[in-house]
Amino acid sequence: MIVIGERINGMFTSIGDAIAAKDKKPVQEMAEKQLAAGADVLDINVGTRVPKAERPEVMKWLVEATREVTNAPLAIDNPNIEVVRAGLEAACSKGPAIINSTTGAQDKLDPFMDLAKEFGTGIIGLAIDENGIANTVDGKVEIGMRIVAAAMEKDVPVEEVYLDPIILPVKTDQTSPKVTLETIAQFKMLSDPPPRVVVGLSNVSQQAAERSLINRTFLVMAIAAGMDASIHDPLDEVLMNEMITAELLMNKSIYSDSYLRAYMQNR
Amino acid sequence: MPLPDATERWTMAINEVTIGAGPDDGGTRKSTVRVGGEKALPYMHFEGPTPNRTVVAMEVWDCPPADWAPSLVDALGDVVNSPAEWAKACEEKFGAEMICLTLKGAHPEFGDASPDDSAAVVKSVLAATGLPLIIWGCDHDEKDNLVLPKCSQAAAGERCLIGTIKDDNYKTLTAACLADGHNLIGESPIDINIAKQVNILASDMGFPLERMVMFPSTGALGYGIEYVYSIQERGRLAALGGDKMMAMPVICQVGQEAWRAKEAKATAEEFPQWGNETDRGALWEMTTAVTLLQAGADIIVMRHPKAVAATKKVIAQLMKD
Repeated sequence: MIVIGERINGMFTSIGDAIAAKDKKPVQEMAEKQLAAGADVLDINVGTRVPKAERPEVMKWLVEATREVTNAPLAIDNPNIEVVRAGLEAACSKGPAIINSTTGAQDKLDPFMDLAKEFGTGIIGLAIDENGIANTVDGKVEIGMRIVAAAMEKDVPVEEVYLDPIILPVKTDQTSPKVTLETIAQFKMLSDPPPRVVVGLSNVSQQAAERSLINRTFLVMAIAAGMDASIHDPLDEVLMNEMITAELLMNKSIYSDSYLRAYMQNR
Repeated sequence: MPLPDATERWTMAINEVTIGAGPDDGGTRKSTVRVGGEKALPYMHFEGPTPNRTVVAMEVWDCPPADWAPSLVDALGDVVNSPAEWAKACEEKFGAEMICLTLKGAHPEFGDASPDDSAAVVKSVLAATGLPLIIWGCDHDEKDNLVLPKCSQAAAGERCLIGTIKDDNYKTLTAACLADGHNLIGESPIDINIAKQVNILASDMGFPLERMVMFPSTGALGYGIEYVYSIQERGRLAALGGDKMMAMPVICQVGQEAWRAKEAKATAEEFPQWGNETDRGALWEMTTAVTLLQAGADIIVMRHPKAVAATKKVIAQLMKD
């Protein structure tokens, strides 16, 4: 499993305040904490408090602050291509990166794929197109196929494409989790080698009372369906242990009595 | 129509372990060996490099091997009465690349040699040969915990390979090998889960994974080799796929297992249809070794000089592209 740690995000108060005060320390501490807890990739998101015009500069600052403490892959998280470019320029000189994200709308897909090719990065592709979020399995798979085709055309390795079926909150759309699980399985059959599948996990529990329980349960189900990567909070130890156990039960790693510890040591 | 590309792409290499230390590294060995480093399944040279060939070690006992088949003892000669002479013959006459000194004589039922006696044997063997040394306990946990730390100390600086640790008896030897700079063998009873657990336990004590070798147990041809093969292969697949806790080179006790088989040791008198036993045992041992090469063996411990020579020839052939 590729764990993309979600905590460096301007939407969280401590990071939002750090951005406002240009204080690198909370950002760097959060980077190190997430990596120690099992994150493989760190998501970098400037949040919404920063005015749009300042976002490229703030993204650069956030990435540089993070790069001072780690060369781990960074997921540059913004819908605007200029903000993403600023992040990649700062991130890629020292380590790998993933673009988070493009949609399947053609006017976004082409320039973002060009960017992935230019910087040699991975890219997350959302099951969204000109008509918005696809709600059915067929609709999501069709967009997924378009994204994989665009990658092939632009010579971006399909293994570096992370398709995100987009999970909606169970509280507002109770059909979404099941549709998402079916989509995950179908995404894995789109090509050989298959694209990776990623989910922004915490979305499933938005506004719900039992957020952590819902996240954990869905994560285990999604792993069983074939998901490869998840954007979530690696500091949630119970969630991480359930993830490691689900992978073990899927025979993705060799059992040993100390398998939880082995997973962490293996990274 | 072009054939589809079926080449596997692996994410991780097996750890490279160096055994033996020359004068530049604080030891006295005239030669050292490097094992592991594979980035592909055995001899799949088109998928990834195999930087080090499998090494053949020869078994030397600290006491005369009373129960060995006469055809095997005859092939070795009188040297079996002296560990130092035996080791010297392995190096100079039989083409061994390492010596595996087995401290059988320390076992309470086979002589009960004292820790100091065993340490003296280790020193005599180190003095008699310039080859890197494997030191193998007597397979009696309590006695090994007394004997092996002494032997480890006696060989300090020589970067030996010492074993074995098991999941229920690992602390004493792990600490000794850590202190004296040796490599360590983790043993498991043909059980992949325990194999991994042993590595984790040693690693938890601060022992570097890069200095470990796995002994997943060995079975002879006709006596469980398929099971041993599949366990070994599964471990290798996991390692190449990214499991650091399984990325150790593998050692196989081929001589010990092959010579348990009646096909190796029975005389022509007992089974006339099997032919002369002089070469049959060596052939059985060599065939067992060659099978395990395909499963990913990095160190093969053998007994019969003819089997050693034939196995080395096969390894050389397999290493050609």
